Amino acid sequence: MDLRFGDGKPTDEERAAVDALLGPPESSWEGADRSDADLRWARGGREARDRRDLLLPGLHALNDRIGWISEGALDYLCRRLTVPPAEAYGVATFYAMFSVRPRPATVLHVCTDLACTTAGASELCAAVEARLGPDSGVKVERSPCLGLCERAPAALVIRAGHPPSGDDPPRPAFGDEAVQAEGGSGGAAPGVGNGKGRRRETPYATAVVAPATPEATIIATTAPEDAPPEPAPALAVPQAGHPSLTLLARIGTTDPTSLDAYRAAGGYTALRRAFALGPAGVIREVTDAGLVGRGGAAFPTGRKWQATAAQPDHPHYLVCNADESEPGTFKDRVLMEGDPYALVEAMTIAAYATGAHRGYLYLRGEYPRALARLTHALAQARARGLLGDDVLGQGYAFDIEIRRGAGAYICGEETALFNSIEGYRGEPRSKPPFPVEKGLFGKPTVENNVETLVNVLPILTMGAQAYAAIGTPTSTGPKLFCVSGSVRGPGVYELPFGATLGELLTLAGVRDNLRAVLLGGAAGGFVRPDELDVPLTFEGTREAGTTLGSGVVMAFDDTVPLPRLLLRIAEFFRDESCGQCVPCRVGTVRQEEALHRIADRTGAAAAGDVALLREVGRAMRDSSICGLGQTAWNAVESAIDRLGAYE
Amino acid sequence: MTAIPLGVPRRLVEFTLDGQEARVPEGSTILDACRAAGKDVPTLCQGDTLTPKNACRVCVVEVEGARTLAPACSRRAEQGMVVRTDTERARHSRKVVLELLASSVDLSTTPSVAQWIKEYEAKPDRFGPDAARVDEEPRVDNDLYVRDYGKCILCYKCVDACGDQWQNSFAISVSGRGFDARIAVEHDGPLTDSACVYCGNCIEVCPTGALSFKSEFDMRAAGTWDEERQTATTTVCAYCGVGCNLTLHVQDNEIVKVTSPHDNPVTHGNLCIKGRFGYQHVQNRD
Ligand SMILES: Cc1cc2nc3c(=O)[nH]c(=O)nc-3n(C[C@H](O)[C@H](O)[C@H](O)COP(=O)(O)O)c2cc1C
Ligand code: SF4
Ligand code: SF4
Ligand code: SF4
Ligand code: FES
Ligand code: FES
Repeated sequence: MDLRFGDGKPTDEERAAVDALLGPPESSWEGADRSDADLRWARGGREARDRRDLLLPGLHALNDRIGWISEGALDYLCRRLTVPPAEAYGVATFYAMFSVRPRPATVLHVCTDLACTTAGASELCAAVEARLGPDSGVKVERSPCLGLCERAPAALVIRAGHPPSGDDPPRPAFGDEAVQAEGGSGGAAPGVGNGKGRRRETPYATAVVAPATPEATIIATTAPEDAPPEPAPALAVPQAGHPSLTLLARIGTTDPTSLDAYRAAGGYTALRRAFALGPAGVIREVTDAGLVGRGGAAFPTGRKWQATAAQPDHPHYLVCNADESEPGTFKDRVLMEGDPYALVEAMTIAAYATGAHRGYLYLRGEYPRALARLTHALAQARARGLLGDDVLGQGYAFDIEIRRGAGAYICGEETALFNSIEGYRGEPRSKPPFPVEKGLFGKPTVENNVETLVNVLPILTMGAQAYAAIGTPTSTGPKLFCVSGSVRGPGVYELPFGATLGELLTLAGVRDNLRAVLLGGAAGGFVRPDELDVPLTFEGTREAGTTLGSGVVMAFDDTVPLPRLLLRIAEFFRDESCGQCVPCRVGTVRQEEALHRIADRTGAAAAGDVALLREVGRAMRDSSICGLGQTAWNAVESAIDRLGAYE
Repeated sequence: MTAIPLGVPRRLVEFTLDGQEARVPEGSTILDACRAAGKDVPTLCQGDTLTPKNACRVCVVEVEGARTLAPACSRRAEQGMVVRTDTERARHSRKVVLELLASSVDLSTTPSVAQWIKEYEAKPDRFGPDAARVDEEPRVDNDLYVRDYGKCILCYKCVDACGDQWQNSFAISVSGRGFDARIAVEHDGPLTDSACVYCGNCIEVCPTGALSFKSEFDMRAAGTWDEERQTATTTVCAYCGVGCNLTLHVQDNEIVKVTSPHDNPVTHGNLCIKGRFGYQHVQNRD
């Protein structure tokens, strides 16, 4: 490989951002000043190429510090990592959170997705833009679902700047002061900066505003560190503290920043049990418990673990899919913010069972508080020997690295996620081969959703039999539902599988005049108010011709304009298609165009375009490479077939 | 084409192809088997010298028991598989894919497409006059070749040919995403500022004419390009000792472009800048 780098020079600031992540360059090949040694010795080749997976963290480092990624900065990063600049450019332009054009240091992401639109996102956007004025130095971006639907409308402020100076990230405490501490500055330093170097006036900061009023959004935008604090995660759990809870039991009752509190509340008993059972024993328990993946595809977890554990090729990897970008989904966020040690413990068990010594937690880039909480939890677990070379003194080595996504729903697709971690564009790979055989870095990999992993803890503490007794024979255990929209108590609900949709909605306080429920998220389907007796199980929803998907239940009353909702769904998929395959890349565009044409039409006037939607939708479902293109048409089709949209 | 290459003998896989028994060496794709059986399956992103990205989806076939259709160019034949290449379902997807492609980019210089559009009764116009298109001006920034991304179907062949599959220059990649995804060099700049070494191997593999010789581009613009009147002569490059095969395309006694035979076991259609573009001295008649 004969790489050619441009002549672009990074600014001191850009260089510092990259060096804070990678350390100073050693030779002129990597962008250092030329030294005598360079005449005889060159780094590069294999050694440096092995660091390609630092490309995404490197882009984050630049974006966090400067706010955008210049040619000189990108070239410097490429030199440091021996990545071809054309490829790095392709990666940088793939993610919504990065920009390769100059832009203001402060970017305000206003969610305009389903729940937020229903809660007045357009008005919020207009008001904020009017208040900020044209010369505010703030970039306002309309964002897909920010995973805060229970507090819609939502906004996220990211201000680029220097890493918070000094020592460790501020240690968030629990309770009211805690919320203060983590509310403004986002808690953790992004990347690996240690704060040395020049101290600037404006440190990097993030702020989440939800529910967002124009006033609160303006304050958060102009001074994110002074933003009103985020409500505690427990407020997203209307049932918090109820004795019936299993997965959510600790949220609101146990300090999520204290390892001692976690242990006092039963934490790490599951890992001890795992060590007692041995890897094969753990897999047996998980299989007997009937655990099925909660990430949307409903694949049996035990079977996946077994298949990976049995691969002769090594190393094995564990990946936790915490990308959660499906509109309407926020359960993983609440779990990570409210009970982060549970995920750390569960990942340790999964890795132990499948023979992995390294785990990646691929975390959605728009979740600053989850990042802070998990960064803290990992550090504490490491300090106490619960991660590292000798976990719990059992001679088993395991550690977890957090990788931040950068705004791309497609990176939640399991193979796209591997590409993203590896420093390639987040395009799905074609299967076979499947991840259990060739996954991350081409090695056998287990990839599981956050909620799936957290289920492993009760399986081990209560035993497979007791766990399998919860729910129905084929959908076992407790299930989390993300309820939002026209309900009085939006939030994450935990119910045993088998409760009906109506029961869940009653619990959440559904409002009058229910028009439709979107079940399973944007890739799921609509059901009618007279179908509320559908049991919330994998088999029950399948029989009813719909899907449980990622556990989304979004209620819409009759004030919600259905055509606009459908347009928003189509727009979401058009925006989020990776662009790799034709049916999805062009099909999503043609569908959105057709929906625009019939936005205000019905009956015969819409019939031609409805037929066109069906034909394109069928080809997308049949011949797209991945689940995005295959399911992009589901919700709209269900609205036409079950709700009689456009009739 | 034969699906039985020389080399280490491989196990044979037996499966059913359109109701007939088919036997191919392990590792063969369904497309290999189709071609060996004389079946016609349309392909665009598949290339004879590259591992296909299976992104265009015009080659999809039905595999019994599978939820979705499978790309024949990439899915390997498996023991006992039951494959049907010409079902209503597969034909429907191919038709729609052709419509989607032809409605979004200029396929006027893509061989075979017009014929497939007819065969599958595809109607690219039915998305209406306002259907979004990739309307890009051709990029003419050097004297050797032109990039006309208004014709690009994003087959990834040029990316792979420039990258790790052949040239190892890594000058080309895909940027952006979704409908806005485009082939680009670093920073989306001119070719002359990029890592391109002008081997022209990307032009060799481009199935649509989105990448073309400047000579061809100019002649097409002037209306003088006429493949009927061209002859192709394969000879040996005289520049260096590698001895690559060159195919000189000559119209009116002028070399108008240079390609290279893909079945050459050494070069597989690849050349360097001298063999590909250094032909002016041949026709220097002063
Ligand atoms: C477009 C797309 C997006 C996805 N996003 C997510 C996601 O955000 N989180 C997740 O856990 N799974 C997501 N999935 C499903 C994953 O591909 C995969 O099935 C899952 O992570 C496996 O974990 P599980 O077996 O625990 O469910 C997505 C799939 C597709 C096709
Ligand atoms: S279906 Fe869509 S998202 Fe998936 S690979 Fe194809 S273009 Fe990319
Ligand atoms: S330029 Fe040609 S080879 Fe490259 S992706 Fe486009 S169509 Fe394919
Ligand atoms: S094409 Fe290039 S490498 Fe091949 S023989 Fe000619 S000069 Fe040598
Ligand atoms: S946060 Fe806005 S729709 Fe989910
Ligand atoms: S030729 Fe098979 S997908 Fe393009």
